[in-house]
Amino acid sequence: MKAPRFAYARPANVAEALALLDKHKDEARVLAGGQSLVPMMNFRVAAPKVLVDINRIAALTGIKVSKNHLRIGALTRQVELERSADIARHLPLIAAAMPHVAHPAIRNRGTFGGSCALGDPAAELPACALALGATFVVAGKKGERRIAAEDFFKGLYATALKPGELLVAAEFPLPKPSYASAFGELARRHGDYAMVGVAAHGSRKGGKFSDMRVAFFGVGDRPQRASGFEKALEGQSAVDGALARLDTDLAPRADLHASAAMKLHLAKVLAARVLRELAA
Amino acid sequence: MNAPLETVEIEITVNGERVKRSVPARLNLADFLRIELELTGTHVGCEHGVCGACTVRVDGEIVRGCLMFAAQADGCTVDTIEGLSDTREIEELQSAFVLTNALQCGFCTPGVLMAAQALLRDEPNPSRERIREYLSGNYCRCTGYQAIVDAIEAVAKARAARSK
Repeated sequence: MKAPRFAYARPANVAEALALLDKHKDEARVLAGGQSLVPMMNFRVAAPKVLVDINRIAALTGIKVSKNHLRIGALTRQVELERSADIARHLPLIAAAMPHVAHPAIRNRGTFGGSCALGDPAAELPACALALGATFVVAGKKGERRIAAEDFFKGLYATALKPGELLVAAEFPLPKPSYASAFGELARRHGDYAMVGVAAHGSRKGGKFSDMRVAFFGVGDRPQRASGFEKALEGQSAVDGALARLDTDLAPRADLHASAAMKLHLAKVLAARVLRELAA
Repeated sequence: MNAPLETVEIEITVNGERVKRSVPARLNLADFLRIELELTGTHVGCEHGVCGACTVRVDGEIVRGCLMFAAQADGCTVDTIEGLSDTREIEELQSAFVLTNALQCGFCTPGVLMAAQALLRDEPNPSRERIREYLSGNYCRCTGYQAIVDAIEAVAKARAARSK
């Protein structure tokens, strides 16, 4: 199992990367952390003719806090998210999710942007971006555009990124004081992709749920919010009365790990657990 | 470097020694170490990032050697199990593995030692649960994990006792 032949390019900046992507069109793939793309190449599921290695583009790295936003550069390693004091302080949902993302040796290479641009429906970071209302910043030949997380994930390994575009960062609104978050995931083995996962964020002002954003992953072809469940939580002090709404919000598909009915059951058990933790 | 190339010139510091080679772009770091440099302590198991047998250090942090191309390590410092063994950095871990019988076939052992050393460097006194969690990315298919966890825990405790 070795990667098929390809040509390797290492642009020094975003402009060079975009020029390469434009020149080689759909024969090129962006190589970020490579922790999903390289296995796919080794399996010969992916066989790009050209790899555009963005790992030396310094402008794509780092976590920056401004007045209203926290910006995560696409090339920021998952280990940096795990260790960042800014993430722990402002986006504790992501801090809670990181230990569930694969294993230490993978997180040392794997990137925030790579995980989001891949669009794996069972991945943690896309669900966090959705729950936290992030906006993705994408660069292309014609300049930058911004895409809300809701509109970014389009399906199984499908995103709103167009050919020739490069994900450069995501901007997260800084949560207001009464807001809290919680994260949970069920996997057969620590670090595996989730059978079911929940990322929840919202207000607990006066001991009641409000403005909840609850994103499920591992249950559909993309991370998805449970809108009926979120509405039913509004103004409630406890989660229990709202759980039945998940029967209609979610339509899990059976996979190697579990039947559809088992996934729905696990989703409800996990949602209750996560929302109780958020309320505590 | 900008134009895409199928053969890439690289310069890497491996276990303290500078090496310069011309390599196919598709050659992964684990195969480069094994085939080109004959450092066969880095093992190749699953070749898709699951088993951890190919774990090496790049610029001080453990990575999967099968999920990184040698071309990407250009200009980097790479440490393999041979390097950590020669510098005696993992001497205590090696002794503890022998004492607790933490290996049978030994296929996973280099990767496990690389991971264990990274854990103890960052967290000198991990719980057994934490050791298991950290090593969840390293498969052992014959010894089982009990003795491996025993060995790592013993080293952590010995180091903690000495630093008191």
